[in-house]
Amino acid sequence: MEVEYEKEQKTLKIEITEEIDHHYADKLRRKIDNEITRYMPRKTIFDFARVSFMDSAGIGMIIGRYKMMKLIGGELEIKNANESVDKILEMSGIKKIVKLVG
Amino acid sequence: MKNIYDNEMKLEFLSKSSNEAFARITVAAFASQLDPTIEELADIKTAVSEAVTNAIIHGYEDMEGIVRIMARIFANTIEVEVSDTGKGIENIDLARKPLYTTKANLERSGMGFTIMESFMDEVQIESVLGLGTKVKMKKMIKKIPLNEDAEELAR
Repeated sequence: MEVEYEKEQKTLKIEITEEIDHHYADKLRRKIDNEITRYMPRKTIFDFARVSFMDSAGIGMIIGRYKMMKLIGGELEIKNANESVDKILEMSGIKKIVKLVG
Repeated sequence: MKNIYDNEMKLEFLSKSSNEAFARITVAAFASQLDPTIEELADIKTAVSEAVTNAIIHGYEDMEGIVRIMARIFANTIEVEVSDTGKGIENIDLARKPLYTTKANLERSGMGFTIMESFMDEVQIESVLGLGTKVKMKKMIKKIPLNEDAEELAR
C-alpha cells in the first residue's frame, strides 16, 4: 500500500498494491484507518490499478471506509478498477454510493 | 475401475487465512487446462476464495482445521468441492441470502454465496450442524468458436 497526502486539496491517495481477500483485508483496513485518522482528509481516493484480485472481503472493507469518510464529513472515490474488480463493485451496489473514476 | 472424469485433483490445507490465495491460485491453475477466458478464470478464483474463506471463518471460526478441495474436469466443465469439518450452517437458505452475515462485526459483507452463485453455473450446499459443510460448484467453460481465418492460420 502506498500513501500520498495532498495538503491543499485535503486529499488522501491510497494505492493498494496487493490482492484483496479476507487475509489481507484485515491488515489493509487497519493501515487505511490509521491514515484516515491521521490526516482527516476531505477526500480519500483508492487507486486499484495494481489490484489484480478482489473478493467479497473487499466489499466489506470499502463499505467500512465509506462509512468512516461519511462520519468525518468527507467522501470516498475509487479509481482504476480492472474488469473483474469492477464486476464485484457492480454486484455489491458499491457503485451506487461510491464514485468510480478511470 | 475407470474414472468417469477427464481429470481430478485433491488439495488439503490448514484453515489459515494465508492459504486463501494458495487455494484459489491452485484451482485456477488446474482449471486453466480447459482454456478459459481471463474472465472465466477470475470468476473461478473469486468463487473458490469465497468458499474457502467461509470454511475458515465460519466453519472453523478460531479453531484450526483442515479445508479440503476436490476439483474435477469433465468435458468442458469444472466442478469444485470445498469442504470443512467445522460447525456447519444452521440455516442454509438464510446463509444464501444476499447481505446476510453472522459476522458483521468483522465487516463481512454477506455477499459470499451470492458471488459464488452468480460467478458459477451451479452451487450446491450441504451442511450438517456439528459435522461440517460442503460447497459444490460447477462452471462450464464456453469455447469461443474460431472464425474461418483463424482456423486457416491454425492449420
